[in-house]
Amino acid sequence: MRPRGGEGRGGEGRGRAGGALGSAVMALSAGDEALVRALWRKMGSNVGVYTTEALERIVLAFPSTRIYFAPLDLSPGSMQLRAHGKKVAAALSVALGHLDDLPDALSALSDLHTRQLRVDPTSFQLLGHCLLLTLARHYPGDFSPAMHRALHRFLTHVAWALASPCG
Amino acid sequence: MVHLTAEEKAAITGLWAKVNVEETGGEALGRLLVVYPWTQRFFDTFGNLSSPSAIMGNPKVKAHGKKVLTSFEDAIKNMDNLKDTFAKLSELHCDKLHVDPENFRLLGNVMVIVLASHFGKDFTPQVQAAWQKLVSGVATALSHKYH
Repeated sequence: MRPRGGEGRGGEGRGRAGGALGSAVMALSAGDEALVRALWRKMGSNVGVYTTEALERIVLAFPSTRIYFAPLDLSPGSMQLRAHGKKVAAALSVALGHLDDLPDALSALSDLHTRQLRVDPTSFQLLGHCLLLTLARHYPGDFSPAMHRALHRFLTHVAWALASPCG
Repeated sequence: MVHLTAEEKAAITGLWAKVNVEETGGEALGRLLVVYPWTQRFFDTFGNLSSPSAIMGNPKVKAHGKKVLTSFEDAIKNMDNLKDTFAKLSELHCDKLHVDPENFRLLGNVMVIVLASHFGKDFTPQVQAAWQKLVSGVATALSHKYH
């Protein structure tokens, strides 16, 4: 049974979301989940457009992240950036379907990013910020403070799962 | 010390000219309190902060948000000297208010998101990059007097 409630629930609210990092992450309440799903339904097949925009933004706003995309063409509209945006969108869909066991569901991606690509975990938070900003920009009418909080919690959860060595 | 190019400064001042300081300040501070609830600890005397709508409608939140954004105006007028501009505020936040400086970064990022939601198409990646530099510079300047 998924626990209800918001602030201060920590990682214990979600499946195997345990460990030191888990307790620092705010779990999603049922209300949060409903808000995020509603926006995802509204975005439909356009999620990839927004994740691509988030990638364009992160390399400009936070230039230190460019090192992680070194072989890719980072110019706006680049096919490679769009392809990567689609991958990020797909991963977020997986995440939405596995909120109770995110570290397991994202374990292959976590492995890839931490062990092979050796990405500094704060970069996942930065991409989350850029995606949040992109969504706020495109859906200002839907971007209530409660939606903002729900999306932040969701993306923080994903970032944490990606950085977790477990799963 | 943040170094902004002439283009970045123009992007910042260009957008700022269209900002409603009172509304944007209240919205940014309100969203900080909603999204990062531990920040409410600094506003115990503000009354009802029990829900997002209570927070966003709280007149003290709005008034303080306006104050915060008005001081941001100083940052924009002194982009080459943020450290001195915020020296007194830095001392206040450290010595009297005991605010964890990490919260300045959080508020800066919330502000950038609020601006993006208001300005939509004008808030290009280049404009965002300029603003991220500025809010980061302000957060650093506010942290400067901490000891």
